[in-house]
Amino acid sequence: MSWRRKDLLGLEELTKDELELILSTAESFKEVSTREIKKVPALRGKTVVNLFYEPSTRTRVSFEVAAKRLSADVINIASETSSVKKGETLIDTGRNIEALKADIIVMRHNYSGAAVMLARNVNLSVINAGDGWHEHPTQALLDIFTLKEKLGKIEGLNISIVGDIAHSRVARSNIWGLTKLGARVTVCAPKILIPEGIEKMGVVVTSDIDEALNYADAVNVLRMQFERDGETAFPKQLEYFKEFGITNDRLKKARKDIIVMHPGPINRGIEMSSAVADGAHSVILEQVTNGIAVRMAVLFLVSQANEKMKNNENVN
Amino acid sequence: MKEKAKVLDKDSITRIVMRISHEIVEKNKGVQGLCLVGIRNRGVYLAKRLAACIKNIEGADILTGALDITLYRDDLALASGQPLVRKTEIDFDINGKSLVLVDDVLYTGRTIRAALDALVDFGRPKSIQLAVLVDRGHRELPIRADYAGKNIPTSKDETVEVRLEETDSVDEVVIIEKGQR
Repeated sequence: MSWRRKDLLGLEELTKDELELILSTAESFKEVSTREIKKVPALRGKTVVNLFYEPSTRTRVSFEVAAKRLSADVINIASETSSVKKGETLIDTGRNIEALKADIIVMRHNYSGAAVMLARNVNLSVINAGDGWHEHPTQALLDIFTLKEKLGKIEGLNISIVGDIAHSRVARSNIWGLTKLGARVTVCAPKILIPEGIEKMGVVVTSDIDEALNYADAVNVLRMQFERDGETAFPKQLEYFKEFGITNDRLKKARKDIIVMHPGPINRGIEMSSAVADGAHSVILEQVTNGIAVRMAVLFLVSQANEKMKNNENVN
Repeated sequence: MKEKAKVLDKDSITRIVMRISHEIVEKNKGVQGLCLVGIRNRGVYLAKRLAACIKNIEGADILTGALDITLYRDDLALASGQPLVRKTEIDFDINGKSLVLVDDVLYTGRTIRAALDALVDFGRPKSIQLAVLVDRGHRELPIRADYAGKNIPTSKDETVEVRLEETDSVDEVVIIEKGQR
C-alpha cells in the first residue's frame, strides 16, 4: 500500500486502505512529540503555507506545530490581512504562493469545494483544513485515530455524532471515515439541524439523545454555533442543553466506558456540562495531542507523493 | 531475480550472534551502561537476540530499543517504493550509555548515517558502536562496523537478503541476482 495523492481534500474519496495507511503512519509520528528534541528532518527545506479564509486557532496552530516538528518552514496567511481583501481570487492567490516555491498549502475556506478547486489549479499539494459545510478531513482522522487508540479498532463500533449535523464538515468527514472503516454511525440533533437525505450516507438518524447514547461506544459532540444567531441565542442555548446537552446523569444510562469527544472549542453548559468535559469519559485533550501526529502523517504523505510525481515527470 | 547462493544458514547465524555477544562484552569490559538499539526491521530482532545472548553470558538484562530511520533518510524522494514510517521505541535515556547500533546488512553506510542523526536527537551517548550480521562492502560514506558477522564480497547488481525466523520463518542469508537488464 502506498500513498499516491498530492492532496488531501476529503475522506469521501479515500479507500479503506488509504485511511488505514494514514492512521498507521500517524501512530509512528506520535512518538516524535514525546522526545526531548521534538523534531525530525523529514520535511527539511519544504515550505508549508497556512492559508486561512476563516478564523481558526486550534487547527492552524496544530498544522503549524506538525509542520515544524517535521522541520518544514511555515508561513501563515490570514485572509483579513492579505490581498484577498483587495479582491484577489483564490486561484490567483494559489498561483502566487506556488510562484514563491512553496510546497504545501493548508487551506481553511468558507466555501464548500474551495480546496478541490485550488488543488486542480496548482501543482503544489493542498490539504483541506475545512471547506464550508463540506469536509474537514484531518479533524475526522484525529477523531478516528483517538477512537482506535482507545478501543483498539474501528470496525463494529457504535459511534454517535451529536449536534449541528447540517452545518458540520466535521460530521460529514467523520461519517465518511467511520463508515468506510466499518463502524455504525448514529447522528442525533434537533430535526432542523439534520440535513435531508443524510441516511443515504449510511447512518441512523434520531432526535432522541438518550437513544443516541444507548449502546454507543463513543459520542462525538459537535460545537453549536449560536454566536451566529445574535441576541436570540440565550434562551435557545438553555433549551438545547436541556434537550441535547451531555451530562453525567445522561451518561449514567450509557455504557460504563463510553468515550466523549469534542472537536473544540467547547461551549461549557451548552453541548456538555463542565463535569463531563473534564470527567473520566472525556478524551478531548488527547484529541488535541493526536491531531499533531495525524497532521504530521498527512503532511509527510502528500509531500512524498508530490515529490515522486515530479521525479517521474522528469524521467519521462 | 534468482537466488545465487546461500551464504549463511541457521547454525552459522546462531554462532555469529554468540561470537558478537562475547566481543561486545569484551570490548566494553562488561555490560555497565551498555544498551542495544536495532534498526527496523531486522536489526531489531538481531538486537534482541544479542541481548538474550549477553544475558546468558553476564546474567544482566540489557536495555534494547528499536529505531526507524525513514524520516532521516537522504534519499526519501528517490526511493522507488514509498517507505513506510514505522515506530521508534527507545524507552530509556541514552545519555552517557555505551550504545551498540545493530543492523542486518552494512552496504553504502547511508542507513547508519541516518541512524546516527536520529540517535543524536535522543541524547548524547558516551559512545556509539556498530554491529552488523553481514558487511557487503561498497561504502559511500566513511563508516565501518565494530562487529561484523561475515564479510561477503558482492557485486552491486546483487542484493543480500537476510531472513530471520521472527519475520521470515527461516534463518538464512542469501545472495540474490537481479535479472538481466
